[in-house]
Amino acid sequence: MNLQQLIDEAVAIETDEVVTHAHSRDVVLPNNAGTLALITLDNGHDHTKPNTFGPKGLAELNAAIDAALARDDVAAIAVTGKPFILAAGADLTGVPKLVDREQALNLGRIGHGVMRKLVDGGKPSFGFVNGVALGGGLEVALHAQYRTVSVAAGMISTPEVFLGLLPGWGGNFLLPNLIGADKAVKVVVENALNQNKMLSGPEAVKLGIGDVLLDSADFLEQSILWASKVLTGEITVERPEIDRGDAWDAAVARGKAFADLKVSGAAPAPYRALELIAAAKDNDRDRGFAAEDEALADLIMSEELRSGLYAFDLVNKRAKRPAGAPDKSLARPVNKVGVVGAGLMAGQLALLFVRRLEVPVVLTDLDQERVDRGVGYVHGEIDKLLGKGRIRPDKANQLKALVTGSVDRTVFADADFVIEAVFEELQLKKTIFADLEKIVTPEAILATNTSSLPITEMAADLQHPERVVGFHFFNPVAVLPLLEIIRADQTDDATLATAFAVGKKLKKSCVLVKDAPAFVVNRLLTRFLGEVSAAVDEGTPIPEADKALSALGLPMPPFVLLQLVGLPVALHVAETMNRAYPDRFAVSENLAKVVAAGKSSFYVWSADGKPSVDPEVEALVTVGDKPSSADELRTRVLTALAEEIRIMLDEGVVAEAQDIDLCLLLGAGWPFHLGGITPYLDRSGIAEKVNGKRFLPKGVASLA
Amino acid sequence: MPREIRDVVFVDGVRTPFGKAKGQYAETRADDLVIKCIRELLRRNPSLPPERVEEVAIAATTQIGDQGLTIGRTAALLAGLPNTTPGYAIDRMCAGAMTAVTTTASGIAFGAYDVVVAGGVEHMGRHPMGEGVDPNPRIISEKLVDTSALVMGSTAENLHDRFPTITKARTDAFAAASQERAAKAYANDLIQPDLVPVATRSAELGWGLATTDEPMRPGTTVEDLAKLKTPFRPHGRVTAGNSAGINDGATACLLTSAEAAEELGLKPKMKLVSYGFVGVEPEVMGIGPVPATDKALKLAGLTIDDIQAFEVNEAFAVQVLAFLEHYGIADDDPRVNPYGGAIAYGHPLASSGVRLMNQLAQQFEQRPEVRYGLTTMCVGLGMGGTVIWENPNWEGNAA
Repeated sequence: MNLQQLIDEAVAIETDEVVTHAHSRDVVLPNNAGTLALITLDNGHDHTKPNTFGPKGLAELNAAIDAALARDDVAAIAVTGKPFILAAGADLTGVPKLVDREQALNLGRIGHGVMRKLVDGGKPSFGFVNGVALGGGLEVALHAQYRTVSVAAGMISTPEVFLGLLPGWGGNFLLPNLIGADKAVKVVVENALNQNKMLSGPEAVKLGIGDVLLDSADFLEQSILWASKVLTGEITVERPEIDRGDAWDAAVARGKAFADLKVSGAAPAPYRALELIAAAKDNDRDRGFAAEDEALADLIMSEELRSGLYAFDLVNKRAKRPAGAPDKSLARPVNKVGVVGAGLMAGQLALLFVRRLEVPVVLTDLDQERVDRGVGYVHGEIDKLLGKGRIRPDKANQLKALVTGSVDRTVFADADFVIEAVFEELQLKKTIFADLEKIVTPEAILATNTSSLPITEMAADLQHPERVVGFHFFNPVAVLPLLEIIRADQTDDATLATAFAVGKKLKKSCVLVKDAPAFVVNRLLTRFLGEVSAAVDEGTPIPEADKALSALGLPMPPFVLLQLVGLPVALHVAETMNRAYPDRFAVSENLAKVVAAGKSSFYVWSADGKPSVDPEVEALVTVGDKPSSADELRTRVLTALAEEIRIMLDEGVVAEAQDIDLCLLLGAGWPFHLGGITPYLDRSGIAEKVNGKRFLPKGVASLA
Repeated sequence: MPREIRDVVFVDGVRTPFGKAKGQYAETRADDLVIKCIRELLRRNPSLPPERVEEVAIAATTQIGDQGLTIGRTAALLAGLPNTTPGYAIDRMCAGAMTAVTTTASGIAFGAYDVVVAGGVEHMGRHPMGEGVDPNPRIISEKLVDTSALVMGSTAENLHDRFPTITKARTDAFAAASQERAAKAYANDLIQPDLVPVATRSAELGWGLATTDEPMRPGTTVEDLAKLKTPFRPHGRVTAGNSAGINDGATACLLTSAEAAEELGLKPKMKLVSYGFVGVEPEVMGIGPVPATDKALKLAGLTIDDIQAFEVNEAFAVQVLAFLEHYGIADDDPRVNPYGGAIAYGHPLASSGVRLMNQLAQQFEQRPEVRYGLTTMCVGLGMGGTVIWENPNWEGNAA
């Protein structure tokens, strides 16, 4: 089939494509350089809905390029975008509609076929990168012979690998051949796997992705002028020679090691992208693009991608509109925040609240020394931000002045929101809330940062139990984006709405959780770690247990996670869960012994960062003689998770399986290619086997 | 503290191509138009460090929306000038940019600063004349001003009444000549060097680039003009053809003290001699340039015979002819608007003053025999403004 036939066929598939139009206008170039066909990509919406390429959009771009190429009076072609946006890549909403590999293959062929006309068409071509240029948006510019980039253009990247795809419209071949394999691996694999890190305009030019960096105020005018000078020869574009020797192979090897670190081989995308970068060293354009088509088709038809798109949607859409949150208009203003306790957690909370809310935050503790230390910690952290240039001196002064402390809880009298961050002991928290109720207004919200205590019980004896809500952060508070907001039995809508409003201002992704033991993330991680610990107690060596789960591509092995959580905390939660559900949650005696011995980890770490089991720990623990194989352990853990999630959904801990996945993605860093976890449990058949049914219908996070 | 008045020079001036209202700039912001001018001035004068710009005065008649928010300051910030450069907005309707020039020039002469950017903008498509005005009812109740004073076309008809010898045939002939002179100036590339190309947004057509004045109608004949309606009076004389249109555009110029120009290696195009603003009866505001010129000449110790180059704003042909008739200058005198005027290029109100200066500077460059020239314009509500300039290229300087 020729390109037009491929396009016609793809356009015929029904989708909700928001068509990015390709408007072409003649521009008379300065310096008598002739006429420029200036193509503007514009989907007719403002910058909040970026341009994307679906089949219809590509068809328009194809027609615009063809029309310009057919004209003798056109000296050159340039592509730019609507204000602030070049294009944000392929229209991924159409991907779930692709049901066979041939369709997926054609998507790649169409993108290549259209975009490569910019370089094969016989006329000089320019990409004017005026703003957001992601994936296919960057690729359209990469196909052009020359590129200008705006200083203000943020968000330049190839995020495909992050999602489970690869830059399959030329990026994988063109980028290493433009900037060398070393930088291409950084952009395509390392940045993508590093929380989808993006480049600024200046960074993109420094890497050689753009030929010239131009100010934003008159970016298009100056781009056109620059293009005219290139055409007349007044400007010669010089690009540094790229290293096609061993450095190329070394870069690919480095990328592979990086991918192993991040996904441990569990997600195919980075490895396919690296194969293509390796091959791009010797491939010509035709072979390079054909290889991209094949790899793209494989990935599009992969379960990992469907999980990745599902996860992307959860993080970008569901996280912003939390399921079950009450009407925003019920939220009350929060103009002063109290923090009970001045320890490390309290200090982290105070810092977060003051930075995001910019209202007075007051800490209390039992004695002046603790209070001073707590306030001192927050002030010190603000000074660190100042030192790093993250905030300006005036801002630092403002924030420091807002954070104060006292040994007298009456300072909370005019606070609208008081959160306790004291030791995890129910009676202590109840006493504190009872005391606070004598001081604060009847509407002031009392929040608890408990990770496992029952909040309904905590509120039970209060005059106004409806103002109590759980506010469960994840450590480190400043970094992890998840906030579990827990509704106790009597929590009212105004309190909950206020909690969500505060959570949003704190820039956290909030999930509504019912008051159930350990809520979502800790419950599942505790179940997960409980199974692993049990296997170790039965005789599975710790390193074997850790290795058995690496095939899932979790962010870290279980025993490293234990260390991060903190062994005493893990033990405490395990005990709590054991009391609630003794048949499913065991308490590892070995863990208890290691905690009792004051150890902080099962491992000791060598100077070069390699773990080995601490001999002292080895001496403490007693193990059985029934080691599990890697497969057995993995099945055991996944079975337990499937069972626990099903129970949680049946108990109504969260609204839907989607919320479980969102919690694991954002609170535990579980990977996109698993879709959190329920898509993986579905596609591996474990959900069906354990519960007799899937978590999600086919097609939601999987091939239909 | 003894002081000396310092010489002020016009170093450089630029403007956007002018547009027809709802035309090429229909989807382009007014502030963006003036920002492009400021950036072009800085680019064209690379020996001027941006931090040396000590004031940005930008005029706009309707200071609302994208022409509001103290446009001199916002434009300075958005143009990339350092935040140490202050700015302000200024308004004298059609003479806005001219007033921006004279006001900041006075500050330079006084010694308040050395380097300024002055200019103006009017996006009449986005901000039609009279948008948001709220005239005091006493204007009517006490007959302080004839009601026709608020309709500029009517004031032009009133001017015809005052100068009965200026016929519609004469104004149409002048208008056709303006179009012809502008076309010729374009052919000789006398206008384009001072135009800043502007990327024009269109949601339907995509980005374009404005490089030429959209209002121009080359080839216009007096016969064409004779057919046009006279919207301001039945059987009147003022038509869309012998008046400036409804336009969008921006201008900016660089003024410095003579010493600063020398220090910074900037070559002056004109030197400020004197200026005068006057008030006249609002209903015949078109006569304003005459007393304004008398005043400026008197301040300079010159007579009209010393002026050998004129840039008279063509708000209405009749207003130019009234000026010429007063001073006994022929309608087609080649010293007056030799490159055409607002009838051809357009008149985006508050921006036009600097366009006149750009064209006078061009006259000075082309005609070294000329020592003095003037820019003059009429202003709504009955005012006139004139600025007299000296030609640094004047041959007499060499002698």
